[in-house]
Amino acid sequence: MARLTINGAPRDVEVDPDTPLLWVLREQLGMTGTKYGCGIAQCGSCTVHLDGVATRSCVLPVSAIGPEQQIVTIEGLSPDGSHPVQQAWLALDVPQCGYCQSGMIMAAVGLLQQNGNPTDEDINAEMTNICRCGTYNRVRAAIKLAAGNSKTQAG
Amino acid sequence: MLIVPTVTRRNFIVGSAAALGGLSLGFSVPFPGGAQADAIAPEINAWVVVRPDETVVIRIARSEMGQGTLTGLAQLVAEELECDWSKVTTEYPTPGDNIARNRVWGSFSTGGSRGIRESQDYVRRGGATAREMLIAAAADEWQVLASECMAARGVITHGPSGRSTTFGKVATAAAGMTLPAEVTLKDPSTWTIAGKPLPRLDTAEKLTGKQIYGVDMVRPNMLNAAIRACPVFGGRATGFDAGAVSGMPGVRKVVQVDDTAVAVVADTWWQAKTALDNLPIEWDDGPNSGVTSETIAAMLAEGLEAEEAFLGNEAGDARAALAGAAQTVTAVYSFPFQNHATMEPMNATAVYTDDRCEVWCPTQNGEASLAAAAEASGLPVERCEIYKLHLGGGFGRRGNFQDYVRQVVSIAKQMPGTPIKLIWSREEDMLHGAYHPITQCKLTGGLDADGNLTALHMRISGQSILAAVRPQAMQGGRDPVVFQGLHAGGDEYALGYSIDNLLIDHAMRNPPIPPGFWRGVNLNQNAIYMECFMDELAHAAGQDPLAFRRKLMANHPKHLAVLEAVAERIGWDSAPPEGVHRGLAQIMGFGSYVAAAAEVSVTDGQLRVHRIVAATDPGHVVNPAQVERQVEGSFVYGLSACLYGECTVNGGRMEQENFDTYNVLRMAEMPAVETIIMPSGGFWGGVGEPTIAVAAPAVLNAIFAATGKRVRRLPLMNHDLRAV
Repeated sequence: MARLTINGAPRDVEVDPDTPLLWVLREQLGMTGTKYGCGIAQCGSCTVHLDGVATRSCVLPVSAIGPEQQIVTIEGLSPDGSHPVQQAWLALDVPQCGYCQSGMIMAAVGLLQQNGNPTDEDINAEMTNICRCGTYNRVRAAIKLAAGNSKTQAG
Repeated sequence: MLIVPTVTRRNFIVGSAAALGGLSLGFSVPFPGGAQADAIAPEINAWVVVRPDETVVIRIARSEMGQGTLTGLAQLVAEELECDWSKVTTEYPTPGDNIARNRVWGSFSTGGSRGIRESQDYVRRGGATAREMLIAAAADEWQVLASECMAARGVITHGPSGRSTTFGKVATAAAGMTLPAEVTLKDPSTWTIAGKPLPRLDTAEKLTGKQIYGVDMVRPNMLNAAIRACPVFGGRATGFDAGAVSGMPGVRKVVQVDDTAVAVVADTWWQAKTALDNLPIEWDDGPNSGVTSETIAAMLAEGLEAEEAFLGNEAGDARAALAGAAQTVTAVYSFPFQNHATMEPMNATAVYTDDRCEVWCPTQNGEASLAAAAEASGLPVERCEIYKLHLGGGFGRRGNFQDYVRQVVSIAKQMPGTPIKLIWSREEDMLHGAYHPITQCKLTGGLDADGNLTALHMRISGQSILAAVRPQAMQGGRDPVVFQGLHAGGDEYALGYSIDNLLIDHAMRNPPIPPGFWRGVNLNQNAIYMECFMDELAHAAGQDPLAFRRKLMANHPKHLAVLEAVAERIGWDSAPPEGVHRGLAQIMGFGSYVAAAAEVSVTDGQLRVHRIVAATDPGHVVNPAQVERQVEGSFVYGLSACLYGECTVNGGRMEQENFDTYNVLRMAEMPAVETIIMPSGGFWGGVGEPTIAVAAPAVLNAIFAATGKRVRRLPLMNHDLRAV
């Protein structure tokens, strides 16, 4: 049994403690927006937030997560796709196949939470997720658009 | 724990409620389990359903895998239908329906950049026919001439009286109208929906995690399977010790899958994978355990000099002209095996009973999946069905190759009545690909005293995809697909140079590694071989690479036009910024003319690709915004291959098992991309693949300009670009 806090709600799951968070989300909780791509923290398709930090859930056993730690998944980013980063993605029609995009979006939100006005170099350093369709330039533009929109809102 | 509360003909809701948490999530999954009829929404014809609320459902036979075909094909139908684009939604008819209805939707195959260009005529006719039937129904109701009525944005208006009605109101009557004998298609210059940079129809759900892919499939009482096939190509699984894992959490069954693989079935996939990792399996490696990259390279090198070869393109007498040339230049290139590495690994879900087999899967060819399900289940095709799900990438891996469908059916057949979801691990995916074929190429060019190219011999040695996967398409033992981009003419793959004495031939050498159609196919390496060698010849002749090519392209105006376009945009005639160097490439493939110009710098051996300008002439453009995205994406695919793509063989198996050893381009390395879309009309070329081919040679030629080094053996990561 593990107690997790996911998208603000406490969740108790019967699971082997070694099970990675990714598979608990996908198989125990039916939250399939977080994707399996490599299982070795290389591709970033499984990115979620752990206490606000973008984290690759495919190598994170649930036993390593405390019940008080806040897990946010793509499903919890906003109830309706209204998060500024999702809106920027929509405005630029970023996804192609879309499989990596949950992880891309979660990584981008994580970046913007740490750094509201990232430079290209900041984006290069933090956005290491793999996209095989090749959406990288649109992802970069959407991050900048979201950063600009957030600044406008804040200002 | 996992429940499916409602199933209707058209939609079913996948619900999952956590055992303890109480949260319930509902996803709507496309489930076109009967496209023939709808209790509330009449089908006007096979392509168009209009609902009473004015929603227009457009049927799409080809598969959406990110390339935008869903949106593009819907635009073509909607253009002729004259419906309100904001009311358009799409659905997949099933392969079973297609067969039951005498293949009314044509081919389901989605590859070769053919989705739109191959079906554009009949889908537009489908839209136009439906429009005429809707108009006829309104005219009939009003007792006026149909020729006095017109449709626009889903509204039908009678000109003389000004009366109007909507598609939704007359849809039921329209469904009963006689099909018009003939329809006239609109001239593309008058298009208002097609040809426009409309946003994709499938974006919103990809931003919230709601888009359902094959790996997300859930069925009632479903179990999950993990599989391992003999890692050595041609090897077999001869035994396993199920007792070693039968007590592990969640494990239900361990099964043999044909004679090559073993699968563990468990409550969850993680449990299945964990048990599989602990399962002792005996392998018979078979005849290929001594095969290595070195033995394959030697096999191909022999082919470079072999007497016998299949002819691809010939003019004059290349051998005699080379013997008499003032100067000859020779170079040998090679291009390795590569994995498609779709982000979503291979997967499928199946349920088998004695009289029916159903499969839910991401597939580039639903009819090929159906055939695979029938074959593996032993049931007649009429008792099988495929439900297509969205693909997390395809790139050619999920079309011709339905191994994952056969496997899941084989497992499901051993547990009748229980739905089984099979997901390959990334490692399984990397070890059992349908790899980009391996080739080497020896080029010899002859220059006259004035530096004009008088002769060229291009000998390709290596693998034939058709020999492995579609031998019936071979032409007397020859594989024409080997010569993509090098043909003497034609609408698809014409060489863009006129060379008086030319010989392009292929010594087929097929190592025992399964090859496949890999986005761009043979155009990728053929463009590197031809375009990098053109650059070598130009430098040997002491001429500008653009001017050198231009002399050979007088009879190839469309090839030349895209090349000139990228050269002009990159500023070929002016000096590049300090430390930046340029390269060019052009080719024709998949019916389109494409070119690229790259700007790179190499500092202390570190390559930086700053910018690539692309040009494409695909004849007609259905959605320019999607064309731009495909070009950008194609460069990621092409540059990933150029920089990193290599699967090496040792002991008859692939050595790379995951992205840690099979790297791909990441965001930090992505150049700025500018795309010039220059459709010249009169033909329909493809979009998804052709530009991949020009990325690598443009960059390689720019690297030569920067360093004086010719990289002829791909990928780049194996080379030191530092100055010596």
